[in-house]
Formats: sequence, structure tokens, C-alpha cells
Amino acid sequence: MNQWKNFTKGFVRENPILVLVLGTCPTLAVTTSSINGIGMGLATTFVLAGSNAVVSLVKSTIPDKVRIPAFVVIIASFVTIVQLLMQAYTPSLYDALGIFIPLIVVNCIVLGRAEAYASKQGVFSSLIDGLGMGLGFTMALFILGAFREAVGNASFMGHKFADGDGILVFILSPGAFIALGYFIALMNRIKKTS
Amino acid sequence: MAQKESSLKNMIISLVVISFVASLALGGIYTITKEPIELAIKAKQENAIKEVLPAFDSLYSFKILPDNGKDSMSIHTAYRGDTLVGTAVSTYSNLGYNATQIQLMVGFLPDSKIQKISIVQQSETPGLGTKMTEPKFKEQFNGKNPAEFKLKVKKDGGQVDAITAATISSRAFCDAVDRAYETYQKKGEK
Repeated sequence: MNQWKNFTKGFVRENPILVLVLGTCPTLAVTTSSINGIGMGLATTFVLAGSNAVVSLVKSTIPDKVRIPAFVVIIASFVTIVQLLMQAYTPSLYDALGIFIPLIVVNCIVLGRAEAYASKQGVFSSLIDGLGMGLGFTMALFILGAFREAVGNASFMGHKFADGDGILVFILSPGAFIALGYFIALMNRIKKTS
Repeated sequence: MAQKESSLKNMIISLVVISFVASLALGGIYTITKEPIELAIKAKQENAIKEVLPAFDSLYSFKILPDNGKDSMSIHTAYRGDTLVGTAVSTYSNLGYNATQIQLMVGFLPDSKIQKISIVQQSETPGLGTKMTEPKFKEQFNGKNPAEFKLKVKKDGGQVDAITAATISSRAFCDAVDRAYETYQKKGEK
């Protein structure tokens, strides 16, 4: 498979949220605004790319029976690194994402890619796969966040474009499920026609 | 390279090595980021103090344990020359809608009137509880003396206009301000 295809599969063909439907817990929780979506997406992208590369690098030295604990240690280390770096250099983003940063550890996409892809492929392919998947995840979070923010709070990227409150339910958790459902339906439609 | 056999020895060695390398990396990053993190937290506190008090040139900080709370609170008294210009109390509430503590900085003038309130940390529901950061809500406290102004939402018999559809967040906000006022008074008794 060429690397460009490998990179772009995360956006449409194998989009983590809209097609694979992995990692929906943080997805539903943080997409209350577009900025949160981007922040969470980029943090996850960093963790995905880093852990994919390292897992691929050490895959042959890890005995099969302990591969999951080994992967989890690698992923958790990357997450803690992201957390410390964000806290030090982007405190406002860190405040906005709060509890969801440590929750990247339990995001199924990260372990899923390590297990399904990085533990079988070369380092470079795994890095590209992680980047593509992460950015696909970011894109989906951004679209979902922008939609919920626009409909629920009448604002975009934190700027209000209309007076009033919007449809409150889209800001709350049920709205996240409704919006995600719409986008999955839309995605299936796009995939069918292309 | 062939996959390592899953013998007990191999498993233990690989896990020990991975954990060791991971802890080294984490230790390194922690040491590097320790100072910037402390600076960021301190800068945030200082900005909040500057925001809620009139201009000052010297600041004294101390900690006090409130009667109605578990965590200690820090109080900052600000002087211009030798005159007290105001007191900033860093306060909190655990009654918010989300598990994260709400942290506020409340500035009192020497006559116990609230000068201004700044929100240091909150993670209330976006679009609802987060409206506490908007002037419409938080500026209703400005210039009020808690001795006469009852720090409770109107629903609970107080004088505070709650945020529509976010009574819990409004209550938590009042709880924090109330705690700040009590601590401020206690400091006055000493």
C-alpha cells in the first residue's frame, strides 16, 4: 500500500469515529465546542503517532503473551508526556480539556491501532498510520464540535454569531448521540456513492 | 527478527525493560516541565489577583483553613504604600455540576464590599454553567457588601439572579463567594 493511501484512509474510508466507531466516550464528552475538539484530536494524534512508532519498533522483542500490558505502558507514558507538556506550555487548553487528557489512555483507537496495525507493520508505515488516523479523528471531532456549538450555543470557535441560546439539547450529552448519529448516516451515504 | 518466545524469563525481562525506559522518559519530561508548570499556575493566580483588586504595589499572602470547607484557602492583602487597598481571597466550591472544583478569586475592598470576581477554574456544562464567566452573571456581585447582600440564588431566598437552566452552577458560585466572605471576616477578627 502506498503511504499516501495509508495516510488518507483515516479521513474517510476508515475514519475512527464515523466508520470504525472507536473511542466514542471522549468523542461524545469533549465535542461541546470546536476548540475542545481540535485540542483533544491533536493530543490524541500525538499519542497515536508516537505509540504506533514505538510499538512497531519494539514489536519483535515483546513476547506475544505480554504484548497488551507492554503496549499499555507505552501508550500511558505518551499520554502523561502530553499532559505534562500541555500543562506547562498551553495551560488554557489544558484547563479546557481537563480530565479527558488522561482518558486518552483508555481510548480504543490508540490500543486498537497498536494491536491491529503497528504490531504487524514497519516503523514508518505505523507512524503514517498513526498520523492519518489521529488527524481523521481530529477532523471528526472538529466537525462534531462545530455542529454542536453552532446549533446549541449559536457560536463558532467561541465567537457568538447570533443572539440567544440555541437548542440546548445539543450541548448536553443526548445531543452528542443525536449529532453523532447524523454524521454516521451522512458518512455511510458518502461511502455508498463514492 | 523472529518473535520472542513467551517464556517466563522473556516476559519478565521485556516488561521490566519497557517499564524502566518509560519511567526514565517520564522522569525526564517531569523535570523539564516542572518549572514552566509552576510558573503557569503562579502567573494565573497573580493575574486573577490583579484583576480583582485596585492597583497595588505590595502583596502579602497567607493561608487559612475555613470553618465550612476542607481545603485551606489563600488570602492576599494588597497595599499601596502603607494603606490597605484590598484583599483577594482565593476560594472554591465542590458543589458544581461537574466533579472539578470551581475556583474563584474574590476581591474585597477595605469596607468589605466585593470589588470584582474572577473565575480561575471551572468546568461547568458549556453553554449553561459556563455562563458564570459572562459579565451579566458575575458582575451582579460587584460593589455589593455580603453583610447586606444575601449570597444565595433567589430560588433559595437570596438575592442573586441565577443563570437560566444552571441553578446548580449558580449555587456553587454563591457557595464559593460566601466561603470567601466568611474567611475574609475571620481574618478581620485576628
